[in-house]
Amino acid sequence: MANVNMSSGRKALLSKLATNDGHAENSPYFDGWKAYERNPFDASRNPDGVIQMGLAENQLCFDLIQEWLINNPQASICTAEGVDMFKDTAIFQDYHGLPEFRNAVAKFMGQVRRGVGKFNPDRIVMSGGATGAHELISFCLADRGDAILVPTPYYPGFDRDLCWRTGAQLLPVVCDSSNGFKVTREALEAAYIEAKEANIRVRALLITNPSNPLGTVLDRKTLRDIVSFINEKNIHLICDEIYSATVFGSQPSFISISEIIEEDQEICNHDLIHIIYSLSKDLGFPGFRVGIVYSYNDKVVECARKMSSFGLVSSQTQHLISSLLSDDEFVEKFLSESAKRLENRHQTFTDGLAQVGIRCLQSNAGLFVWMDLSHLLREKSFLAETDLWRIIINEVKLNVSPGSSFHCSEPGWFRVCIANMDEPTVEIALKRIRAFVVKGENAVVAPAKKKQCWQSQNTKLRLSFSFRKMDDLMMMSPHSPIPQSPLVQART
Amino acid sequence: MAIEINPVPSVQLSKVADSEKHGENSPYFAGWKAYDEDPYNEMTNPSGVIQMGLAENQVSFDMLEDYLEKHPEASIWGKGAPGFKENALFQDYHGLLSFRKAMASFMEQIRGGRARFDPERVVLTAGATAANELLTFILADPGDALLVPTPYYPGFDRDLRWRTGVRIVPIHCNSSNNFQITPQALEAAYENAESMNLRVRGVLITNPSNPLGATVQRAVLEEILGFVTRKNIHLISDEIYSGSVFSSSEFVSVAEILESRDYKECERVHIVYSLSKDLGLPGFRVGTIYSYNDKVVTTARRMSSFTLISSQTQHLLASMLSNKEFTSRYIETNRARLKKRYDMIIQGLKRAGIKCLRGNAGLFCWMNLSPLLQKPDREGELDLWKTMLHELKLNISPGSSCHCSEPGWFRVCFANMSEQTLEVALARIHNYMDQRKR
Repeated sequence: MANVNMSSGRKALLSKLATNDGHAENSPYFDGWKAYERNPFDASRNPDGVIQMGLAENQLCFDLIQEWLINNPQASICTAEGVDMFKDTAIFQDYHGLPEFRNAVAKFMGQVRRGVGKFNPDRIVMSGGATGAHELISFCLADRGDAILVPTPYYPGFDRDLCWRTGAQLLPVVCDSSNGFKVTREALEAAYIEAKEANIRVRALLITNPSNPLGTVLDRKTLRDIVSFINEKNIHLICDEIYSATVFGSQPSFISISEIIEEDQEICNHDLIHIIYSLSKDLGFPGFRVGIVYSYNDKVVECARKMSSFGLVSSQTQHLISSLLSDDEFVEKFLSESAKRLENRHQTFTDGLAQVGIRCLQSNAGLFVWMDLSHLLREKSFLAETDLWRIIINEVKLNVSPGSSFHCSEPGWFRVCIANMDEPTVEIALKRIRAFVVKGENAVVAPAKKKQCWQSQNTKLRLSFSFRKMDDLMMMSPHSPIPQSPLVQART
Repeated sequence: MAIEINPVPSVQLSKVADSEKHGENSPYFAGWKAYDEDPYNEMTNPSGVIQMGLAENQVSFDMLEDYLEKHPEASIWGKGAPGFKENALFQDYHGLLSFRKAMASFMEQIRGGRARFDPERVVLTAGATAANELLTFILADPGDALLVPTPYYPGFDRDLRWRTGVRIVPIHCNSSNNFQITPQALEAAYENAESMNLRVRGVLITNPSNPLGATVQRAVLEEILGFVTRKNIHLISDEIYSGSVFSSSEFVSVAEILESRDYKECERVHIVYSLSKDLGLPGFRVGTIYSYNDKVVTTARRMSSFTLISSQTQHLLASMLSNKEFTSRYIETNRARLKKRYDMIIQGLKRAGIKCLRGNAGLFCWMNLSPLLQKPDREGELDLWKTMLHELKLNISPGSSCHCSEPGWFRVCFANMSEQTLEVALARIHNYMDQRKR
């Protein structure tokens, strides 16, 4: 609207930060979004559209929340029942957060961990979502140029969250399918030594438990190994437990880092332990930007709290959350129902995949499955993975996320989100996958190997897609499906 | 056998964590402590410390509450909470379009329609605190400098410098010309930075000014625009108090000047705004960056991922601010009430023999107590401040905390209390001045 004249004069330059790729939006992970946004599935209006399976959202329990809301109008400061609290809430900008908010979150974290380990409300620090929390903790623990070790595969957003503005770098701890992608002591040591030899100072190890994208929980032995490793090296441990309440089934149960250090007080220096949390996945509230840094280190709590000024949770939202999470009865009901629904969803989907010979990594957490399509690759390479991925997006019409975008060391794995849609849509997705596999079985098999691989009906589909740098004008939120019309047509 | 005691190796944090740039160790935080320990309350603690160090706007809440009572759609509860799910899931860093439109329109109304704002250029952040830091990350590299006129909001020391590694070089202003920014002062600051081998990336002004409580005059704005153009640097205009100008015609936004020049050289200009002061909603964390530079808008939007506004709050404010009848009534009434408060405090101080800078905006006045200083220096000012705090039980902000180059000036907030409380504060000042005469 405002007609901005592009002056032909010299333009004031921007910072290096503003002009580098640290925002990480040029990762191919975001290409699937384009296909979805151009042609989004809608059961009635666009039944042949692309189904979004690249977004780890939890949409299974909104009915429970909505029921609670209707019965609790005082939790809103806008309703007649709640407007008395409007002024006091609106003025409240103390970075300690509303005491009832901290108490409610601490209690909730304890409930999610089935009462194993108590959380101290005074250690709860707010941040702008887990995105803000990760950046914040990185600012507290690492200097520019320092490294944070992170097991692969890992959530692509970490590259931006921990490194962009902080100047830190991520170094991979390589995991592979030979042992279900578990983190081993050997892999940790190898990564640490490599950093040392390159003269890079390692400040922390970041683990996500339950894991994204694997959907697995870490076992006690692995956790203990990790803790003794970081303690020995005197480096920090950042535990992202954002999926803690998405664990279902009885075994294996979720073991929080809080449990490990509380059951064995001598295992490590508690000053090294920090938990990152958020309500975006467990409750399904990514829009509310409720991020939490919970540190066992007093100095970190103090520093983080001051830094939280840059990303506090809206007091209006704090008020709602404190009300919601203080309702013990509701929380218990929600946690148990949510786990049940996630379990059913997981079962339906993995059974459906199994029927056509597709295996997933054994898991019982998260909002996704880690699907193994390596048997469908024409060769064991990331280029082949990309080719297969393009086919899945453009012909099978499912936006799934290729393992390479998670820095996976082995090609052929895909993360498929399953909790962000209703049951009928899950069925449609499974139907499409079945059709795709069956078609592949009937197609001409590549001569060189007897392995099954998929080829186009007509010609051998030679996709020469290369990961082009996305145009700056491709303003796409890494979080959201809400479209901004892409200006470059994807090549098929 | 000797027992070996293994010392626990000390755990290192980052340099940023260890630095003091968060600014909280400044002496003026003692004022907060005194208030926290002994807060004034009309009924229960009438001799307690009156908080006059907090620039909050509490004069217009009734209008907001009234709006909410009449507009249930502002809540995401609704009938059967149908909008809740969509709202709770919405995390797009573009922000709700309805909210961006409402924000742009509100900013236009505040400027009396003298400038237009494009919703596509509105970037949302969790408060102006985040907006100022974010812009600094985008416009400057670590070690670079921003020029900021003194006296300035103490929070800038943290917001602009702490995690960014950027330096602030002051543009010195003084009372000889009512603390206005002069061309000489601009040049001197620039040369000062150069002599320290610092690369200057921009000028940051606050208009209306905090702590002066006065708008920046058009001629001065034009001078500053000319300066940043000649030096090829950026201009950040923090207009957080733009809705708190007592008389609309007295505020000139840099946006108006750019529009009148057909947006020449606009790519170096960025405006920061927030609803914390004008609407009195600091708890909601609603900040915005408005940039005329496409690359800055894109980058700022990406960076806002670290500090998005709660979708619940966006929804509420989109509803409120798109109601033009409500907003124009609010803006007008809020202005009038602030002016009334301002007049009250100025008259009260005058009767006590105290002069203030002539102000026309904001939630505070800039009071001159230099005639009362024992010593005409920073130490003398801090002594006087302690007297104010411990004897008069008034927490006001000393000019030194705002980097004022002249000792004896104090910022006194008047909009975060009732009229009765303000009367009490003025009475205490009156008594003190009376006693001094004897």
